[in-house]
Amino acid sequence: MKKHELTYKPFGNAAILIEWPSEMHDSILKDLLSFYNTIQRNKIAAIVETIQSINSLTIIYDPQLIHFEEMKQWLIALYKKETTENTPVAYYVWKIPVCYDTRFGVDLAEISDKTMISIPKVIELHTKTAYRIYSIGFLPGFLYLGGLDSRLHIDRKPSPRLEVPKGAVGIGGMQTGIYPRTSPGGWQILGNTPISFFDTSTSIPCFAKAGDKIQFTPISYQEYVHMQTQVANEEYFIEKEVFYD
Amino acid sequence: MIKILKSGLYTSIQDMGRMHFLNYGVPISGVMDSYSASLSNVMVGNAKTCAVMEVTLQGPEMEFMSATRIAITGADLSPTLNYTPVEMNTSISIQQGDLIGFGERKTGARSYLAIAGGFQTALVFGSRSYFEGITPNATIKKGDLLPFNSSFGTGVSFFDVKKQDHPTIFNQQTLEVQAGPEFDWLSNEQQQKLLSNTYSLDLNNRMAYQLQPLFPNSLKSIISSAVLPGTVQLTPSGKIIVLMRDGQTTGGYPRIAQLTEQSINQLSQKLHHEKAHFRLV
Repeated sequence: MKKHELTYKPFGNAAILIEWPSEMHDSILKDLLSFYNTIQRNKIAAIVETIQSINSLTIIYDPQLIHFEEMKQWLIALYKKETTENTPVAYYVWKIPVCYDTRFGVDLAEISDKTMISIPKVIELHTKTAYRIYSIGFLPGFLYLGGLDSRLHIDRKPSPRLEVPKGAVGIGGMQTGIYPRTSPGGWQILGNTPISFFDTSTSIPCFAKAGDKIQFTPISYQEYVHMQTQVANEEYFIEKEVFYD
Repeated sequence: MIKILKSGLYTSIQDMGRMHFLNYGVPISGVMDSYSASLSNVMVGNAKTCAVMEVTLQGPEMEFMSATRIAITGADLSPTLNYTPVEMNTSISIQQGDLIGFGERKTGARSYLAIAGGFQTALVFGSRSYFEGITPNATIKKGDLLPFNSSFGTGVSFFDVKKQDHPTIFNQQTLEVQAGPEFDWLSNEQQQKLLSNTYSLDLNNRMAYQLQPLFPNSLKSIISSAVLPGTVQLTPSGKIIVLMRDGQTTGGYPRIAQLTEQSINQLSQKLHHEKAHFRLV
């Protein structure tokens, strides 16, 4: 696996920011997730929590137990020691049903106008890629997805909507994503999924993790209504397939 | 149990926060002013991390269903016991049926009420801190029943604990900051301006405080990365945003500074239009 030149910066007096090159790239993510797992396996008591982002890790530590410079040296040594073998890493591709009916896809017409691509073709482009999950953040259960077809890159709406419903699937700039809860938002909305991405009743509140992929599959309005009931009754099982990087 | 008779403006139960679900996008939350909250806990013999009631500007009214001990710290919102003014920053003995209320705001923005043994509301992902969509409620409502353990706080002889408020919390305009990860992206002149400007507090809540005036800049965005309570963000339109305890877990604006824990506490006690400036430490 390719090793990178990492930078280590203080982030306040109780956190350290480790940065990879400023890119959203699979090879960076793979190295970053591997280092994240190494840190978890070798965790010292002074580490409170490690936050995994697209091209960075932020380690929150207890400044009474360790200082920045000691923390940095510990991390540098750990990164150097990490095995560089190209071991395959398993990941899931989650099949996420999305209803692209205009009842949900309130911006499909606008997206079609702006991209000069027909609505069926927009849906085809949006469902053909399996999007890599780079990180979960911002809101509980919000996935940062990479790999949106450049023909679908469109600006956010000039002024955000006060309320975008839970499950809305949208495009904002170069990203596509799912609103995990009803919230204000400026993304162009293509459809809606009945799947919940955040559940407070389990100790692992989101089924997906960074490194996995999301594949949207189109469903009809009738199927949507049916699945919504299944999800509510905890009878719906999300289809997934295992792959190796 | 405590029965809530009036909710107040924005009342919630908070502890030291939810540290271990950041990678699912769950904010840390927790008490805005950790100094005052810790103080209230210590005054009733609790660990500093016990869940307390955070009261904002206009306080609630509540009835105690059993005897206990409480302490009120932080902002002076004129607390009362059975409609008679009651002392802050000391331990108060409470009998069954007693009423605690609040009146006129005198200093600060947030008051803390600790109870012997700590509030026992729902523990979700390792914390009792209220947050919308995580805990059953986002704020305390009229009619809510808040559980506490009534075996604590009675039958124990307490010292008459009294302590001055931390002198800097309510009257200091200086917020101590460290350079943020993108501080170096500012020119020398911009860095000096950032540290010499006096700011006025604009829109604010548990998520963030916005500062005025605008700070014109041409910094580009970063790839979304971690932000923490106390992170100072600079937007392309020049808004300076200080993220607080309920702030989102990641952001794409440059992180130009980072408030110290004590400065987060200080800022939590400031009101709309009050003044502040940064000092690099």
